[in-house]
Amino acid sequence: MSRALIELSGIVKRYRMGDTEFEALRGVDLQIQRNEYVALVGPSGSGKSTLMNLLGCLDTPTTGRYTLNNRDIGTLRDDELAAIRNQEIGFVFQSFHLLPRMTVLGNVAQPLVYRGIPLKERERQAAESLRRVGLGDKLQHRPNQLSGGQRQRVAVARALVGNPSLLLADEPTGNLDSRTSEEIMALFDALHQDGQTVVLVTHEPDIAAHCQRTVRVNDGRIVFDSAAQATVSEVAA
Amino acid sequence: MIIVMIESLRAAMANILANRLRSFLTTLGILIGTAAVVAVVALMQGFAQSISAQFADLGGGSLKVEALNTRENRLSGDYRYLKDSDLDLLRYRVEGVGHVAPIMAAPLGTASHRAETATPFVLGITAEYQMIERRFTRLGRFLVPADNDTRRRVVVIGDKVREDLKLPDNPVGSYIQLGREWFKVVGVMESRGEVFGFNQDNYALIPFETARALTGNKAKVDFEINFTISQLDEVEAVKARVTRALRINHNLKFDEEDDFEIQSPDQIAKTFEKITSMGTLVLGGIVGISLLVGGIGIMTVMLVSVTERTREIGILKALGATRRDILVQFLIEAGLLSLIGGLIGIAIGYGLGHGVAALIPNFPPASVPLWASLGAAAFCAVVGVVFGIMPASKAANLDPIEALRYE
Ligand SMILES: Nc1ncnc2c1ncn2[C@@H]1O[C@H](COP(=O)(O)OP(=O)(O)O)[C@@H](O)[C@H]1O
Ligand SMILES: [Mg+2]
Repeated sequence: MSRALIELSGIVKRYRMGDTEFEALRGVDLQIQRNEYVALVGPSGSGKSTLMNLLGCLDTPTTGRYTLNNRDIGTLRDDELAAIRNQEIGFVFQSFHLLPRMTVLGNVAQPLVYRGIPLKERERQAAESLRRVGLGDKLQHRPNQLSGGQRQRVAVARALVGNPSLLLADEPTGNLDSRTSEEIMALFDALHQDGQTVVLVTHEPDIAAHCQRTVRVNDGRIVFDSAAQATVSEVAA
Repeated sequence: MIIVMIESLRAAMANILANRLRSFLTTLGILIGTAAVVAVVALMQGFAQSISAQFADLGGGSLKVEALNTRENRLSGDYRYLKDSDLDLLRYRVEGVGHVAPIMAAPLGTASHRAETATPFVLGITAEYQMIERRFTRLGRFLVPADNDTRRRVVVIGDKVREDLKLPDNPVGSYIQLGREWFKVVGVMESRGEVFGFNQDNYALIPFETARALTGNKAKVDFEINFTISQLDEVEAVKARVTRALRINHNLKFDEEDDFEIQSPDQIAKTFEKITSMGTLVLGGIVGISLLVGGIGIMTVMLVSVTERTREIGILKALGATRRDILVQFLIEAGLLSLIGGLIGIAIGYGLGHGVAALIPNFPPASVPLWASLGAAAFCAVVGVVFGIMPASKAANLDPIEALRYE
C-alpha cells in the first residue's frame, strides 16, 4: 500500500488531574512518509512528548485516529500495543533509560527477549547493532561505565536492534554537550541515509537543522510544518 | 513464552544475588518455617518408627481386659475392679480364648541388694504370662503354677535390675529385697534392650498371689487380664463372647454400659494413629501459619521492590514487554526467592532433626523421606508464587509512561 507510514487525524489528548482536565493535544493532524527525517520543535509544555508517546504506542489518544503502517492503533489491545512497540518502534529517551544491572549487550538484546529469540541469536543481533553505533568494543560494560554519549548510543542500538519501521527520539541530545550531540546527530543522519524513518524532538535549532522537515507544536496544536509550507509555497508559486 | 521465562529466571537469579542480604531477610520466614517443619517431621518419623517397633515387641495377638473407670466413678470413690471369677470364666468358659493371665502392679517399693538399690516395675503374674507376652528366661526358670499356689517369695528379674543391684552374672539363687520383703531370684529374663529411650529390662515378676497377699487389700485388687486367641481370625467373635460372658458375670442389666474394656493391639494402634493424626494436624497448623508469615514477608518486600523498580518496569514495557511478561517475571522471582528459602530451610531442618535425635539417647536416627523434602520445596515455591501475585500484578499493570517518569 502506498499510504503514509504515520497518519494522525483529529488527535486529542486530555489528562485528568482531579476535577480539572488538561488538554495537552488539541486536534493534531499529521502524516509522515517512510524514510522521512522529522524534527518536532516547540516550547516546553507544548505537547511534544505527549505526541511522541502516542506515536510510540506508549499511550493512546483520548479521541482521534492513529494509523501506523496501515494498522489502526486505536483498536488494539494492550498486548497488541506491546507487540507494536516491540516490533515497529524504536524509542530513544532523553535520559537514556538503560537497565543499570545489565551489560550493554544485555540491554540491547532485551527487546528481542519479547520476540522469543534464543540467547545466542539475540546476542549476535545485539552485537551487530552495537557495532553499527560504534560500540562494538563495549559489549560487556555496564551502563555506568560509559559516558553520556556512549549511553545514548547504546539506547540507539537498542532502538534499532529489532529493525523498527519508526525510530522515535524524545530530546535525544537534551542531556548531552554540544560535541556529543553532534556525534549522536551524525548517527541519526547516517541511519536516515540508510532508509530509516526518524522522528525526533528538540528545542535546539542546530539539531532541527539536521532534519529534512520541521514540525512546530504550540499549545497542543501544530502551528508550522515545513512540508506543508513547501506545498503552500509551491501552490503560491 | 519459554524464552521470557528463561530470561525471567536469569534476571530473578541476578536480582537475588545482587541483593543477597535483602533476599535472605525476605525469605527468612519461609526458611524458618520449613526448617521447623522438617525438623518436627523428622522427629515425628522417629517417634513413629520407635513406637511401631514397640508394637512389634508387644507380642502380637494378645488382648487385654481391664476395668473401665470413668471420671465420675473415680471421683465418687466407687472404683471398679475386675472380679477373680472373671479369670476362671475366661480360662474355662469362653470358647476361642487361648492363654489367660492376670497381671497386677505390685508397688512394693525399691528393690535392694546389700547397699545397691533399683526401682523396677514389679508385676504380679502367673506362669501363663510367658506364653502371652512371649518373653522367656535367659537364666534359671520362669514362675510356675506352684509358685502362685503357695505364694512363694520368688522373683524373675529383668537384666537392668540385675545390673542395678550389682548381682553376679548368674544371680539365680541370690536373695533380694522388694520393699521390706525378701525374694529369691529364680530366673533372669532375656534382655529386650531399649526402645524409644526407655529401658525395657527394668522389671521384676513375682507370683500373682504373692503380690496380692503383700499389697494389702485382698478383697479388691486392681488387675488386668491378658489373653490370647486360639484362632487369630476370630478376634471379633471372641471379643463379643468375652463381653457377653463378663457382662453376665458382672450382673449388668441390658441397659447398663460395660464396666470393663477389651483392648486389642489394633485398638492401641488406632489410639496411636489418633495421636499421630492430631500431631499432623498441629503440624499442619504450624506449617500453615509459618508459611503464611513467610509469604507475607515475601509479598511485602516484593511490593517495595516493585515500587523501587518502577522505572525499570516502564523501560521493559516501552521495549515491548506485555503485562503477562512482567507478571511472569515477578512471579518467577517470588517463587524462586521462597524456593531458595525453602531449600535452605530443609537443609537446616534436616540438620536440626538429626541433631535433636542424636541428643536423645536411643532415639532412632531421624529420616525425612525424599518426597517429603521435595514436596516441601515445591510447596514453598507455590507459596512464593501465590504471595507474589499481588506485587506482580501491581508491576504488570503499571502505566508505561508514568513508570518511565518515576524517579
Ligand atoms: N500525565 C500527565 N498528567 C497531566 N498532565 C500532563 C501529563 N503529561 C503531560 N502533561 C501536561 O501536558 C502538557 C504537555 O506536556 P509534554 O507533552 O510533556 O510537553 P513537552 O514535551 O512539549 O514539553 C504539559 O503542560 C504537561 O504538564
Ligand atoms: Mg518533553
